[in-house]
Parts: sequence; structure tokens; C-alpha cells
Amino acid sequence: MDALEKFRQETRTWLEANCPPSMRTPMTSEDETVWGGRNAKYENPEAKLWLDRMAERGWTAPTWPAAYGGGGLSKDENQILQQELRRIKARPALSSFGIWMLGPALLEFANEEQKKEHLPKIVRGEIRWCQGYSEPGAGSDLAGLQTKCEDKGDHYLVNGQKIWTSYADKADWIFCLVRTDPTKKHDGISFLLFDMATPGVEARPISMISGASPFCETFFTDVKVPKGNLVGELNKGWTIAKRLLQHEREMISGMGLGGAGSGAGLGGLEQAAKDYYGEQNGRVASPSLRDHITRQKMDGKAFALTMQRSAEEAKAGQGPGAASSIFKYYGTELNKRRFELLLEIMGTKGLGWEGEGFTGDEITVTRSWLRSKGNSIEGGTSEVQLNVVSKRVLGLPD
Amino acid sequence: MALVLTEEQQLLRDTATQFFQERVPVANLRKLRDTKDADGFDRAVWKEMADLGFAGIMISEKYGGTDFGPVGLGLVLEQSGRTLAASPLVSTVLLCGSAVQLAGNATQRQEILPAIAAGERIMALALEEGPHHNPTRIATRATADGQAFRISGRKTFVLDGHVAGQLIVAARTGGNDNDRTGITLFLVDPKAEGVKITRTLMVDNRNAADIAFDNVAVPSTAVLGSIDGGIDVLEQVLDIARIGLSAEMLGLVQEVFDTTLAYLKERKQFGKVIGSFQALQHRMAVLFAEIELSRSVVLDALSAIEARRNDVPLVASLAKARLSDIATLMTNEGLQMHGGMGMTDQFDVGLFMKRARVAAASFGDGNFHRDRYASLEGY
Repeated sequence: MDALEKFRQETRTWLEANCPPSMRTPMTSEDETVWGGRNAKYENPEAKLWLDRMAERGWTAPTWPAAYGGGGLSKDENQILQQELRRIKARPALSSFGIWMLGPALLEFANEEQKKEHLPKIVRGEIRWCQGYSEPGAGSDLAGLQTKCEDKGDHYLVNGQKIWTSYADKADWIFCLVRTDPTKKHDGISFLLFDMATPGVEARPISMISGASPFCETFFTDVKVPKGNLVGELNKGWTIAKRLLQHEREMISGMGLGGAGSGAGLGGLEQAAKDYYGEQNGRVASPSLRDHITRQKMDGKAFALTMQRSAEEAKAGQGPGAASSIFKYYGTELNKRRFELLLEIMGTKGLGWEGEGFTGDEITVTRSWLRSKGNSIEGGTSEVQLNVVSKRVLGLPD
Repeated sequence: MALVLTEEQQLLRDTATQFFQERVPVANLRKLRDTKDADGFDRAVWKEMADLGFAGIMISEKYGGTDFGPVGLGLVLEQSGRTLAASPLVSTVLLCGSAVQLAGNATQRQEILPAIAAGERIMALALEEGPHHNPTRIATRATADGQAFRISGRKTFVLDGHVAGQLIVAARTGGNDNDRTGITLFLVDPKAEGVKITRTLMVDNRNAADIAFDNVAVPSTAVLGSIDGGIDVLEQVLDIARIGLSAEMLGLVQEVFDTTLAYLKERKQFGKVIGSFQALQHRMAVLFAEIELSRSVVLDALSAIEARRNDVPLVASLAKARLSDIATLMTNEGLQMHGGMGMTDQFDVGLFMKRARVAAASFGDGNFHRDRYASLEGY
């Protein structure tokens, strides 16, 4: 038996023994997602148990070095771990911006002390992070951000406002882009970490069209930050910001493959169409709707194959390839189209807001349809993505 | 790894690229058109392609082929699409060669396959009877006459029908005009009494023909495969052709994209190159995305044939629908972005647009294949 096969056997045995039964069932609502943090509440004690067991092995961040609490797994081992987790339909032990976004940036840009301080707490789900990027005046033009950070000798003083800060009201710490040189644009930005409990920090949730409030306005008034919390060099934060955006975009691209609330509860597009519209001789009764469904399915399949091809090319040492530049754009547009189509399929059953007359799955689709509109805005709009492709990949001039 | 080329395949692609760029540039197609060439393709070039092993790429070494497989053939077709190279690859290699490999008996294989691999025999599949692809809509009848058959009917859009040395004819030996069963494939000599072939000049300057069969006598040894069971062979062969044509269209689309992109970086208006305008940049970026997706589905479909996967019909329809639509879109966008020059015969983009339409209509366009995909998926 080769080493990888041995690893698979051991992993399988460990998961069988350690993944609690309720963690192998599908989540019934987004509220069951485990984000960790100081204020985390665990309605289901098995969720906490599952998190602690996985964190102890470093398997909440499987490929991070063991020295920082990670699993220290190779890419191949991690692939096996993910396969085995899928095999038993295990829920994610921890969902975390710290793991998806901040951690990889810290590993690349932070000093040893910072890595030792922050990474293990991310792995264990002790600290929940949020991202302070956008500002009211700095959306697509992110580098135009104005949140002021002044050097006061023994500390930094931060004043300003962020917006669209996901879960700022629930997060413990923030990784934040601040302006440390007002005379320059990209070269006047720094990357700062601080505790959301610091005096002068206030987060106000924003009501969104979906009825949920995952995003906040975040205000900083004379917030004192220790100087050791600067990551990388002063005024070199834009490099870190861009790298982090890459991780964020990759995360969002995956939506094109269909995930939570994508109509899975209705049995997929074609089954939903048969149920809500009716069928004739085994076919969706409306030829036009049937054609729209096929276009959606075909494009979804083509997109999934392209992500697969890109991964295979990367593995074969051919680099990420130009194809990866289109994932954020295509994946999010595809996801929006899917929800538009689901609404067409469901008719008035897809237009309920709450209460009687609609199933939970129906309400979820309707709310997800509204949420999906943000996919092509957050993390770089579709238009910004197309600019990036035009200039960086196609070499078209300004 | 199905979606990444092996070193051997990359080598073949490089050989094919060089061959088509140097020996069969778009100028060749113009020459064939302008001289009203009777064959519609260059026989010397076809011989060279055979010598390079392209004609025998799907044929096993036992029959004189190179047996490089479907992915290899796809790479050759993609490169042929970039220069609009006219050749009997589709008719002879994809369609008829595959049919003989799949359904031929030992004698038929021995007689036909080495001749195809050597570039010495051109064949054509006489299938369609109407303006839209429909492999079961067959009214042409083959009536048993003692040990022989008599074929009567009319076929249209027979690719390379006027230059073929041998035809494969789909005719009905049973059932009604739209039945799946009752279709039989016959090897027919185009010089046989009662065969009337009329070359039809298509918009892409390639070859097709209308063929009338008037009580044509064929011996029972001419049956290819089983009597009444032709549809099973036809569908496999058609899927190979659909995927092959998708590979050709991928090359065509990539070429038009590349030349359009170069034009946008060179053509100036309002004092700057037009490629600096966001209205054009975003359209090119979207087309880039569509082409990346197209490349993935073509590679997947080719490797599906190679690995004998059971989802070949599904991925064939996915590839043919996508590439047919993208080829039409890309050539239209390419023409528009070339402005008035795109409307001239001097620029190549019009030639690509014409070929795109014919390739799209061959063996099912987007409408046909979306309908088929939905049926295969059970909705």
C-alpha cells in the first residue's frame, strides 16, 4: 500500500470514529453554519465537538504548516481528506474568512510573531475575522480608500468608515486597508489588523433586499492600534490586498457550480420545471422553458469543465492559465441566471416573502435569488473583471 | 488527466499547426474558389495529409493507420479550422472511416480502411433528406430483390458527394419514414447505374452534393453492419463527426478571435486604437470567456470518445451546440469589429463566417442538440 492509500485508510477510520452523527446530515438553515469566534453559540453541542476535533488535527486548515496549528498536509493528502469528508457528507467543521482569506495572506506576508499569534487561533475557530476593504467612496475604485491611519509614535490612530463589511457585528478582529500616505494612491495603503473590541469601533448592520443583514457599515473614531499590528511594510498594503482579493474571487467563483440555496431542494432545474410547470410525454411542458434550462445546464457543465481543466493544468505545472481570469465573472453571472430561471420555473410560488403558502425551500430560493444579485458586485464587479481580462490577458490598451 | 494534452499530443498539434499554416493557408481556399476547381479541394495536399498520418489517425495500425486516437484527430481538425483548410477529413475519416471500423466485416475493413489511411479513397455518407439534420427522417428505400437490394430515393447535403469513390447510403429496409428501426447502411459505387450526383456549391466553398438513386442495384455483400440496425452505427458515427466538427470550429473561432484582437490593437479612430474603447474591450473579454469554456467541452468530448465513456452522446451534443453557437457569435462579432473592411472579400473574416454557418448546420445545430441533450437527460 502506498503512502497516500495508507493516509486514506487512516483518515477514513478517524472520520468514522470522530465525526458526530448530526454533522453528517445536511444543514437545514444557514444559521447552522459554524463561524467560531468569542461569541459563538452552539445550539448543537456536536457542532462544537466536531470543530474541536478537527481543529486539534489542524484539519480546519489542512494545508497550513503544523507549526501554526495547520494540518501540514500535502495537496494530494488534502484532496484525499476532502474526498473522505464528502464521502460521509460531513458538514464543514468551520467556515471562516480567517481560513479562506486572511490566513493565506498572513502566511505569505506576515512576520513570525504575527503568524504565531493569529494563525493558531484561526485554525481553532477562536477568533472570527472580518474584512475592512470597501468604503462609501471606494467601491470598484478600491485603491481610492480614505480611512486615515496616523503614526502617533507608540501607536497608530485610525479614523474613517468602511462599508459592506461582512459580519462585522459578529467578528472579533478585522483585517483592514488604511491610508498611511495621502499623497499617493496605491503606494499609500497599508494592511492593518485590530480588535473589534477596541474603543472607537462601531458596526451597524445594513438591511439588504433579501431581508438579511450580513453586511455592515463600520465606523472608526480615534481607534488606537498597536504598531506591531501592521502586516508587511508601511505603504505596501496594496500588494497584500490584491493577493487577498484573488482568494476572495476564487471563493465566489465556486458559486457558478451551484451550492446552497441553488434549488437543490427542488430537485434541480428540470425536476422543478416538471413539478411547477407540468410535463408532456416526459418532457417539460413548455418547449421554451425546456430550452432555457438546457442552455443553463450546458453552460454550467462547460464552466465546471473549465475549472477542472484549470486545476489539471496547474497540477501539470502549466501555471494557473488564462482561463482562471474569467471564473469570477462567469461563475457569478451563471449563478444569477440560474436564480432568474428558477423564479421563472416556480411562477408565483417563487415570489413569496414569508409565512403561509410557501415551503421553506421556496422561500430559500426567493431569498437566494435576491442575494445572488450581489455576486457580480462583491469582490470586484463583473465590469471590473472584464477590465482585468481586457488589459492583463488580452493586452488591450487604456 | 483528460483535459490536459500529453507531450505526444502537443507534438502532433505543433506538426499540424505548421502544416496547415505553411501548406494550406486561407489563400488555398481562395484559389480553389477563384479557379472554380472541379474537386473543391487539393488532392496533392490530401496526399500530404495522408503521408503525415492524418487520414489514418483513427484507424488501427493493423489496417495501415496511425491509431493516434480521437484527441489527436481533434487537434488536427482544430488546426485545419484555423486556416479553413478544405479536405475530406470529415466525410472520409470522421464519418465513413468510423462507420467501416464500427460496422464493417473483415472483408470490408480490409478493402476500405488501408485505402482511406493511404489517402487513396474518398468516401461520403449519404444521409440527409431535408434542410435540417435528422438521422431518422429517411424515406429512401432499399427493397430486397433476391440476394440483392434496389435503392431509390434522394439525398441532399452529402459532404464530398461529388468526389467520393465510394458512398455509404442510409436507406430504409423497414419501418416508416421517421422510425428509428428499419434503417440499413449500404456501400454503394457512385458510378453504378441509376446514381445521379449533382454538385451543390455551398456558401463556404466546400463540397456537397445532391444525389438521386433510381432503382440502384446493390449486392447483399454491400450491407454495412446489420439490416434494419443502421441507426446504432449512425448515431456513434455522427457523434464522432459532431465532436470533430466542434474541434474544427474551435480552431475557426480562435483564429477569428486572434485576428480581431490584432486588428483592435492596430486600427485607429478618434486618434487612438479602437481596442482602447471599453465597448469593444468588454465584448472581447466575454468572447474570451466563451472560447475558454468551448475549449474545455471540446477536449472533454474528444477524450470521452477516446476513453469509450458512456456519456459520449451527451457531451457530443454539448460540444456541437456550444461550438455551433459560439462560431456564429464570434464570426459576427469579428466582422462587426472589423467595420467596413469586414464586409469586403479581401478580408478573411467573411470566409470564416460562411464556414461557421455550414459547420454549424452540419449534423445538428444548437437547436437540434439542445433538444437532444434535454431528451437524453430525461426532461
